[in-house]
Order: sequence, then C-alpha cells, then structure tokens
Amino acid sequence: MMRVAFLALMGLQLGASPGAGEERRSYVVTGDAIMQPLVGGKGDPARGAALIADRQRSLCTLCHSGPFPDAHLHGTLAPDLTGVGARLSEGQIRLRVVDMKWLVPNTIMPSYYRVADEQGRRVATVWRSKPILGGADIEDIVAYLTTLKG
Amino acid sequence: MHALWWLAAVAVAAICGIVSAAGIEDGEKRSGFDFMTPETQALQADDMSNPGMLWVLQGEQLWQQAQGRADVACSGCHDDARQTMRGVAARYPAFDAATGRPIDLAGRINSCRAERQQAEPLAPESDALLALTAYVTHQSRGMPITPATDARLARFRDNGRGLFQSRIGQLELSCASCHDDNWGKRLGGSVIPQAHPSGYPLYRLEWQTVGSLQRRLRNCMIGVRAEPFAFGAPELVDLELHLTEQARGLLVETPAVRP
Repeated sequence: MMRVAFLALMGLQLGASPGAGEERRSYVVTGDAIMQPLVGGKGDPARGAALIADRQRSLCTLCHSGPFPDAHLHGTLAPDLTGVGARLSEGQIRLRVVDMKWLVPNTIMPSYYRVADEQGRRVATVWRSKPILGGADIEDIVAYLTTLKG
Repeated sequence: MHALWWLAAVAVAAICGIVSAAGIEDGEKRSGFDFMTPETQALQADDMSNPGMLWVLQGEQLWQQAQGRADVACSGCHDDARQTMRGVAARYPAFDAATGRPIDLAGRINSCRAERQQAEPLAPESDALLALTAYVTHQSRGMPITPATDARLARFRDNGRGLFQSRIGQLELSCASCHDDNWGKRLGGSVIPQAHPSGYPLYRLEWQTVGSLQRRLRNCMIGVRAEPFAFGAPELVDLELHLTEQARGLLVETPAVRP
C-alpha cells in the first residue's frame, strides 16, 4: 500500500515562521518504509555515528542502547539498536526515525521529521515550527544504522 | 454463601482496577527514595549528613524572626511549629477561600506574610522561602500524605491530572509517558521514578542545592522542549494536587535527597 504524507500541509506553519530553518519536504510511505532519501544523496555514516552519540542533539541514547560510547548512560526505554541494520531495511529505519507515530500512534518515540502539532503543546519558542532534526541529519543517522549488522 | 462473597470480592477488585487503571497501582506505589543508590539513601537518612537539614534549621530561625510592618514572627501567631504545624503539609495543597483556588504551602507562607506580617513576598526558590517551606513540611516527616478531601479542589485536581497526561513540547511527551508508563526503566543513566512529591523541598545533587517541586516540574517541561509554566502558576498547583493524590499514603520525607 502507498500513502503520501503531505508534510507540506504542516509546512504552512513553517512558511509563516521566518528562520524556521531547513524546509521539510514531503515523502512517500510504502508499506512500513520510506524508500527514497529525504534529501538528495546518501547520508554519511560517520556523521550519523557522531550524531547518535550526541545526547543533546539527537537524544537517541537517552532511550536506546547499542554499540555506542558511554554505555552506562544509555536508556532502557526502547529497543537496543545492536544489529538493527540486519533486522530492518534502510527504508524501514528511515520511517521509524522520521515518524514512528505513523506505525504506532501512541509510541513515546518522538517523530524526528515532523513539526509538533502546536495547539496546546506549549512548544518552547526556540523549538517552535521546527522538526527535531533536519533531513540531512536523519539521512546520516539512517546511513549509520544500516551498517549495524550485528 | 461463599460464592456470593467471592463474587463480591471480584466485583470490588474489578472496580478498583478500573479506578486505578490510569495511574500506578496502590501495591506498586514507591517513593523515589526506593530507586536511589544505598549511598544517596544514607545521605538522606542521617540528619547530620543530609544537606537539606541546613535549610530546615534556617527555617526554624526565620520562624521566630519578626517580619514586616506588623513586626510579628510566624511564631507570634502559630507558636511552636513542632506542635502547630505537625501534619499540616501532609494535607497541602489546600483550598484558599480568598482566591477561590488551591494554594500550595509556599503560596500560603507568602500570603501569610502579606496579610499578617505586612511584608513583601519571598521570591520563588529564594533560600528564605525554601527554608520556611522545608521547616514547616519537616514537621510532618514520617506522616502519611493525606490530601485534603475538600470538594472544591476536585476540578483543579482533575485539571492537574489532565495536564499530567497531556503530551507537550517538541518531543510530544507527557509526564505520564515516563512516570506512569515507564517508571523503573532508565532515561539516559537515570532510573525513572513514579513522580511522588513526598520529599519537597528537597536537596538534589544535580542542583547542588534545595529546590521546590515547581522547580522540578519546570525542569521536566524544559526537558521535553516545552515552555515551562511560571513559578507560582495555577497549573503547577493543579499538578501538585494530582501528584499528592497519587502519592496518598506515602510518608513525608522532607527534606529528601535525590540524585
């Protein structure tokens, strides 16, 4: 099954807010995957590894453990990412980072490439109208996670 | 006959199950103390090493100092806090008839200053306000949290529960996402407790000082990238009403120590 996620609809809010940063593009969900990269070209696995280890920016290790530095600071709220590249395809990983709520609506995993519905959400000014990560950052993370074969 | 009793027991269990389904089961209720390392527990348990006791001692002195244009001390009206304040904090927040809203203990201390002492309010998180709040709450240490059953509080408590369960911030997480649904697991290096406010004001090692429940709530809001409620905001008192109801029966620990 194919479903087009019209992020452009929410992009109206983006457009109304100057300095909102990188424009988010629409993407196509096929089954439980996003087959095409969000931005042109492949991501950089080395940059992705560094980003995952960055607790302030990506936040990944607050919930996930895996073959990353500082194991004692890894969370246990979400699955261990060791071997995720063997369990999931690149496209499946991409959708899970972009918008896990598309698959599991009540998940605690933030949707990294979606602007939070701002009605009643009290999003802090500095984060308002912005996705958690830009498309290029997400592609770097996807490129890295696909290398984790076990 | 036995069958009837059995049926009644099942019915009661089913109703209780429905009532508490949204939060934490009574039998699972645990203070944040239980999630700490033995070293941090020992720091709290010994008054000679618990740094929060410094604020309690400061509060004891302030209790007896005349303040404001009325030149009267807390003890001038309330006498010996060890008797008159015993059990008071275990019932807070209370309904404040003057404003028609619930009021927390720090709010009551400031309103007492304004009306009885004719003094300026103490600033949120100031040493003096934390010290007086800690001193008064300390008089209830070891007593069970028994929230006021005043019916006028119900709608504010309901609002607090709603806030607790609402997803907020860029990360779209609610308090309940972690503290009801995932307590006991680790966020980063820290165990997630059940969010029982049984020891405030408390000494947090991360802060290197004593702080209020409102400071803690604001920390969490900033963590999920939400705009925090201002100190003294009615929403924070509503949240406290919900939290104290959740914590009903746990013992007051003030001054607690937390990581």
